Amino acid sequence: MSTQNKLKTFNIGGVHPDDHKISARIPITTLPLPKTVIIPVAQHIGTPATIVVQRGDSVKVGQVLAKHQGFVSSNIHSSVSGRVGIIEEVMDSSGFKHTAISIKVKGDDWEETIDRSDNLVEDISLEGKEIVTRIMEAGVVGMGGAAFPSHVKLSVPEGKHVDYLLINGVECEPYLTSDHRIMLEKPREIIVGIKILMKALGVKNAIIGIEDNKRDAVENFSDLLQHETGIEVQPLEVQYPQGGEKQLIQALLNREVPSGGLPSDVGVIVHNVGTTFAIYEAVQKNKPLVERVVTVTGKSVKQPGNFLVRIGTPVIDVLIAAGGVPEDTGKIVSGGPMMGKAIADLDVPVAKGTSGILLIPKAEALRAEIYNCLHCGKCIEACPMGLEPYHLLLMTKKGNYDKAKHEHIMDCIECGSCSFVCPSNRPILDYIRLGKTEIRKPKKA
Amino acid sequence: MSEQLLAVSPSPHIHTELTVPQIMKGVIIAMLPAFALSIYNFGITSLYVTVLSVSFCVAAEYLITRYLLKKSASIQDGSAIITGMLLAFNVPSNLPWYIILIGSLVSIGIGKMSFGGLGNNPFNPALVGRVFLLLSFPVQMTSWPVAKATLSFDAVTSATPLGLLKEGIRAGDSMDTIMQTMPTYSDFFFGFQSGSLGEMSACALLLGLGYMLYRKIITWHIPVTMLATVLIMTGIFWLIDPNRFANPLFHVLTGGVMLGAVFMATDYVTSPVSHRGMIVFALGIGVLTVLIRLFGSYPEGVSFAILIMNAFVPMINTYIKQPRYGVQKEGKPRKEPTPIKAN
Repeated sequence: MSTQNKLKTFNIGGVHPDDHKISARIPITTLPLPKTVIIPVAQHIGTPATIVVQRGDSVKVGQVLAKHQGFVSSNIHSSVSGRVGIIEEVMDSSGFKHTAISIKVKGDDWEETIDRSDNLVEDISLEGKEIVTRIMEAGVVGMGGAAFPSHVKLSVPEGKHVDYLLINGVECEPYLTSDHRIMLEKPREIIVGIKILMKALGVKNAIIGIEDNKRDAVENFSDLLQHETGIEVQPLEVQYPQGGEKQLIQALLNREVPSGGLPSDVGVIVHNVGTTFAIYEAVQKNKPLVERVVTVTGKSVKQPGNFLVRIGTPVIDVLIAAGGVPEDTGKIVSGGPMMGKAIADLDVPVAKGTSGILLIPKAEALRAEIYNCLHCGKCIEACPMGLEPYHLLLMTKKGNYDKAKHEHIMDCIECGSCSFVCPSNRPILDYIRLGKTEIRKPKKA
Repeated sequence: MSEQLLAVSPSPHIHTELTVPQIMKGVIIAMLPAFALSIYNFGITSLYVTVLSVSFCVAAEYLITRYLLKKSASIQDGSAIITGMLLAFNVPSNLPWYIILIGSLVSIGIGKMSFGGLGNNPFNPALVGRVFLLLSFPVQMTSWPVAKATLSFDAVTSATPLGLLKEGIRAGDSMDTIMQTMPTYSDFFFGFQSGSLGEMSACALLLGLGYMLYRKIITWHIPVTMLATVLIMTGIFWLIDPNRFANPLFHVLTGGVMLGAVFMATDYVTSPVSHRGMIVFALGIGVLTVLIRLFGSYPEGVSFAILIMNAFVPMINTYIKQPRYGVQKEGKPRKEPTPIKAN
């Protein structure tokens, strides 16, 4: 197991699913423009944005379609040029219906203020507060999957002192390679992005954490960072969920975010590499978040790949670029196999948080037979938060939510390790989610 | 693409290959070396006892689930086969068929199904059956056929090494005299001694342990802790008075310690869920085993020790927990953040 020197990793739990990084060696290619895009106004955690366009309006790439509502919210921009079509509720990858704006694509006409060149802009002219405002205006959200508005993370609450910025290049989800490709193809931009974040936060230290199955990215960064001070790259053991925010903080700094707390409580802010690249583009190029890299992968996918996709592109268009939907497809997942969401139809749009589209063959799509709990303890061994998942399942099943809360059910990060290892195929995480939802509900008087 | 429905379910969308039937298969494979050796030692009788025991256990579970509980049969998970094999491993190889039948019925009926089947039984079913038989048929359960390699001229059955030890001490013989009547340590290790069908060969059982560890079916915590406890505790007594107490290696290689540590105490259902709990549990088994062996009236105490500790499992699970992320123990200061590097 251990090579010459032991790699850093988190201390509690963890599992080792096969990584299946099929598309790791395939460079990012730009997807052809779709005929129509469907852009949901709630692609982030927080309040949905308020629509500021009307049906029939002509829009350019980068034009604001919907403005953020309050602080924990995000702007939504048009990812294409063309005419605004119907605005209605459509089902997105969450499985719920949300308001979305459809745009009929015409040409590819960008806002003049956006710098579309590939030139690397290294000088950071903006100051701390301006950076945060620019990121907010550009609608940048966490691109690792959670889609939490990035400017909120950069606004550290009064009284908290942040001394470390961690850049999450772990990509511990099996199959996904979008972060890996960005790190290989845009490392210089990411480094500028890191400097922007360090400036905005006023921190002097940053560490890029990358799982050791992406050696090329680690070596690439080490070369580029030779003459930089304050930024280092750290290879990490391949172990799921290494890229969980709390796990990454434990692995890199040996700090533990207190139960119910935030990373800033232990002086840390974590951003994903994809987000860091988007922040570079937002701040240096004035380019809002209108496109992202999406991995299309799966065991039977004809041409797996990494595509630069405009936000709002229907999944079907992306799948066609990857050689179509294989005959044996039984399930389509938006995101990775451990935490991604299964989508019900192919018109679901790619959103800011869509890191990949995974096609699972029929043979693996359905859950297997459930047996009694053997009390084998494998879920406890796997839980990266040190919880007792089998026990939380029992408590939730019995409706004993208070006890579940006392047993720290709210600390669950929903990584899925418990359900993954359960030899009895028990729906552990499903019940834990139910328990968390019930506890979050306002209490009836 | 043809019109077809996609499956939609919450994450995770992948699952480990190590499911219940795979685990049961793995445990059965791990038991094969010991089983093969018992056939080599005791001949066809050992096969006969095992086949009967497995068939009775599987049949008992099938009939009980089907006709008494009126549920769909649960035998396909393979756990009844393991109970049957473990019961056979824990009895002499010349046991009459009706005693095996009774043992199987008690193991499955009382030990397992009366609590709700696999996963719900507090006590190890095979040991429940074994101890029931030991108390009900003390003569048949303690007449040990002699293994081939130690075959003497007239004796067909003989006492186990532990039995000889207890008798010798009772008779007031010195430890040296007692030890001269015993097989050698290599005989112990490879299993040429008398005893229950599957408990004789430390070598074969360790092979099984290695396999189960390799397949990640069990962790080291229970077997290693239990063996270490027996070794250390008997070692202490041996150092105090080597004339009254046998040496620790003898204790680990004889009787049911190895079988208990590898297959009986590691039963998922009847052992604690957390690693810390497993260590406490195995420590308890080790201590009780040694106390029964050295100071009790039975020559062997592994079965009783495991059953007693089985009863403590719910308590261990309640009070002994794994460390939690972000939750510090009361009274202990929070871990200080690592100092910031100066640069």
